[in-house]
Amino acid sequence: MTKVKYVEAIRQAHIYLLERHPNVFVIGQGLWSPWYVGNSMRDLDQMFGRDRIIDSPVSEAACTGLAVGAALCGYRPIVLHPRMDFMVLACDAIVDGAAKWSYMFGGRARPAVTIRSIINRGGEQGAQHSQALHSWFAHVPGLRVVMPATASDARDLLIAAVLCDDPVLYIDDRWLYEIEEEMPPVTDVALADAGPQVRMAGRDVTLVGAGWSYHLAEEAAHRLAESGISAETVDLRVLNPFAAGPIVESVRKTGRMIVIDGGWKTCGFAAEVIASVSERLPGRAWRAAPQRITLPDAPAPSSRSLEQAYYPTADIVVAAAHKLLGGAPSPRG
Amino acid sequence: MQGNGLVLDIGSLGDPSRHTAPLDLKNIDAATLLTWHARMLLIRTAEEAIADLIRADEARGPCHLSIGQEAIAVGVAHSLRATDRSFGTHRSHGHYLALGGSLEALLAEILGRDTGCARGRGGSMHIHAGEAGFFGSVPFVGGTIALAAGAAFAAKRDGGSDVGVAFFGDGACEEGIFHETLNLAAIMRLPMLFVVENNLFSSHMDLHFRQPATSQSRFAAAQRVANRLVDGNDVVAVAEAAHELLALCRNERVAALLEAVTYRWSGHVGPNDDYDVGVRRSTTELKAWKRRDPIGRLEAALVASRAADRESLDRARADMAARARLAADAALAAPFPDPASLLDCVYAPRA
Repeated sequence: MTKVKYVEAIRQAHIYLLERHPNVFVIGQGLWSPWYVGNSMRDLDQMFGRDRIIDSPVSEAACTGLAVGAALCGYRPIVLHPRMDFMVLACDAIVDGAAKWSYMFGGRARPAVTIRSIINRGGEQGAQHSQALHSWFAHVPGLRVVMPATASDARDLLIAAVLCDDPVLYIDDRWLYEIEEEMPPVTDVALADAGPQVRMAGRDVTLVGAGWSYHLAEEAAHRLAESGISAETVDLRVLNPFAAGPIVESVRKTGRMIVIDGGWKTCGFAAEVIASVSERLPGRAWRAAPQRITLPDAPAPSSRSLEQAYYPTADIVVAAAHKLLGGAPSPRG
Repeated sequence: MQGNGLVLDIGSLGDPSRHTAPLDLKNIDAATLLTWHARMLLIRTAEEAIADLIRADEARGPCHLSIGQEAIAVGVAHSLRATDRSFGTHRSHGHYLALGGSLEALLAEILGRDTGCARGRGGSMHIHAGEAGFFGSVPFVGGTIALAAGAAFAAKRDGGSDVGVAFFGDGACEEGIFHETLNLAAIMRLPMLFVVENNLFSSHMDLHFRQPATSQSRFAAAQRVANRLVDGNDVVAVAEAAHELLALCRNERVAALLEAVTYRWSGHVGPNDDYDVGVRRSTTELKAWKRRDPIGRLEAALVASRAADRESLDRARADMAARARLAADAALAAPFPDPASLLDCVYAPRA
C-alpha cells in the first residue's frame, strides 16, 4: 500500500462519489483553482465537467441555499466553503433551513446536503481567516457535524456524509493536509454508526480531541509514554449527534481526562465533552477533575509572536497531564 | 419580450382608486375562468375559516393571511405542473392551495394536529405538499429563494422542462439573498421563476419608508433577467404574464421574474385589520383596496360577459365556505401528535 495524504484522500472521496453517483455535484468558490482549496479538488473539473464541479460567484448564502434546494429534489450536493469564517454568511441556509427541514415538515422531505468547510488558520492570517466554529454548528439539532483527523476518515467520512440522508457539516483542516497514511480500501460507513473512537489504548489519562486537536492528543500521548505515562486517546470524529459512550468507558478506566479543542473555551465543544462524561460518571470514578485545553477566549491575532501564544501545543497537553498525575516538568521544557 | 426595460416605479398599480373595473377576460374560455374563480374562493374561504379558528383560540401559532392576494397564487399556478418545484414564505396558504395541496391537511397543520401536512411540527408558516409541487414555506422572508434556485438547478440537470419557483414579497427584495440568487440564477441560466408579491408592506412598514423606488422588477432588469410588472389583483393579467415567463423558463432554460402588485386585507399576522400598527395603513386605504377585490372584479366580468350568473357565483362561494368549515371541523376532531413522537424526524430513520 502506498501512503496517501489527507488532502489527496479528500480528493479520492470526491472521485469515488462523482464516479458512482450521478446525483452528486460540487459548488463553491475556488473549485477551478488550487489557490483556495489546496489540491483537494485538483483536476476534478476536467475529469467530471464544469457543470458538476461549479466554481461560483461570491455568494456563500445563495450557493448554500442552492445546494439545499437541489438536495430536496434528489441530488446529493457538496457545497464548499474554503474558509469556515466566510461560511457564517450562509448560516440561514444551514441552521434555519437544512438542519430543521426534516423536522419542521414532519419528515416529508430530507435535504441530504453536505456542507464542506475548511479550517484554514495560522500564517498570520488574523481574526477573520482563522476560525474553527465547529462548536456552534454542533449545537444545532438535525445537523450532523464530522471532523476527520486521519486520511482514511477524511475519505470515508466524506463519502458517508454525502450518502447520508441528513444534512452534514464536514469540516476538514488545512493543517492536516500533509499528514500521510497507508490507506485501506474504502469502507462503507453509515454516518449514523460512526462516532468517537479510541485510537491509542492507555491506563492513566484519557486525551480527547477532534481533527487537528486530536493530533495534539496523539503527539502528547507519545511524549508521555516516554516518561512512563500511559495515555488513551479518543478521536471525536462526529461532534453531532454526540455519542459520549466511548469516552465515558475510557475515563471509567483511567479516571482522568483532558479535552483539547481548537475552538474557544466558553460554550465550546470541550465543555460539552466534560459535561457529557461527568454526568454519566460518579464522583468516585474521577481521580482528578477533568481539564480542557482550548483557544483563549479571544479572536485570532496575526503577529507571529501572538499567534504562538494563541494556539495550544502538545507541550501544553503534556504539562497538563503531568499535573493531573501529580508532579511535572514545566510546559515548554 | 415586453417589460424588460428598467421601470423604477409601479405607478398607477399602487393606487387603489385605479384598476377597479371588471377584469378584461381576453379570450380565456369560461371553464378556465370558473376554475380560477373556484381556486380563489377556496383560498379566501379557507383563510376566513382560519381567521375564525384564531378568534376561537383554536389556532394559536402565528397565521399570516393572504386574503386579497389570491389572484397571484392562482394565476401563476395555472401554468405550473405537479413536477415543478415551488417554495413559499410565512404567507403561503394561498400558494399551497392554488397548487392543489390538501385543505384538510392545511387546517390540521394550523391546528397542530398529527394529520397536518407537516404532522403538527410546522404550523401555518411551515407547510408542504410535495405531491402537488409545493416544496415548503418558511418565515424568513427570503429564506426559500435560493432553495428554489437549487430546485431549478436540479430540474435543469434532470433534463425535461420543469422549473423552480419562489414566491416572496417586496420585503424579501431588501434581503441580500434575493440579490445573490438573482445574480446566480442569471449567470447559471437556471429555469426559475421569481414571483414577487408586492403588497406595499413588510410587516407594518410601508414600501415608501423602505426603498427609494417602488418597483421590485427593477432588480431583474439590472441583471438582464426577463420580467413583467402586472396588477396582482387581476388573475387574467397574472396568468397571462406567468404563462409567458414560464414558457421562457421552460424553453430557454433561463430565469424570469414576475412582479404582481397587490394588498393584503388583514394585518401582517392574524385576522385583524391592524390600522393601529400599520404605518400609513388606514380604513380609507383598506376600503379602496377592497373595491379592487381580485375575486369581485373577476365575478363582475363573468356576469357582464354572461359566462356565469350572480346566483351561481354566490352559490359557489357558499359551497366553498361550507367545505372550509367542514374541513375545520374535521381538523378539530383530529388527534394531536403523541408526545412520545417529540424527537421523531430530527434525523432520518436508520435504514
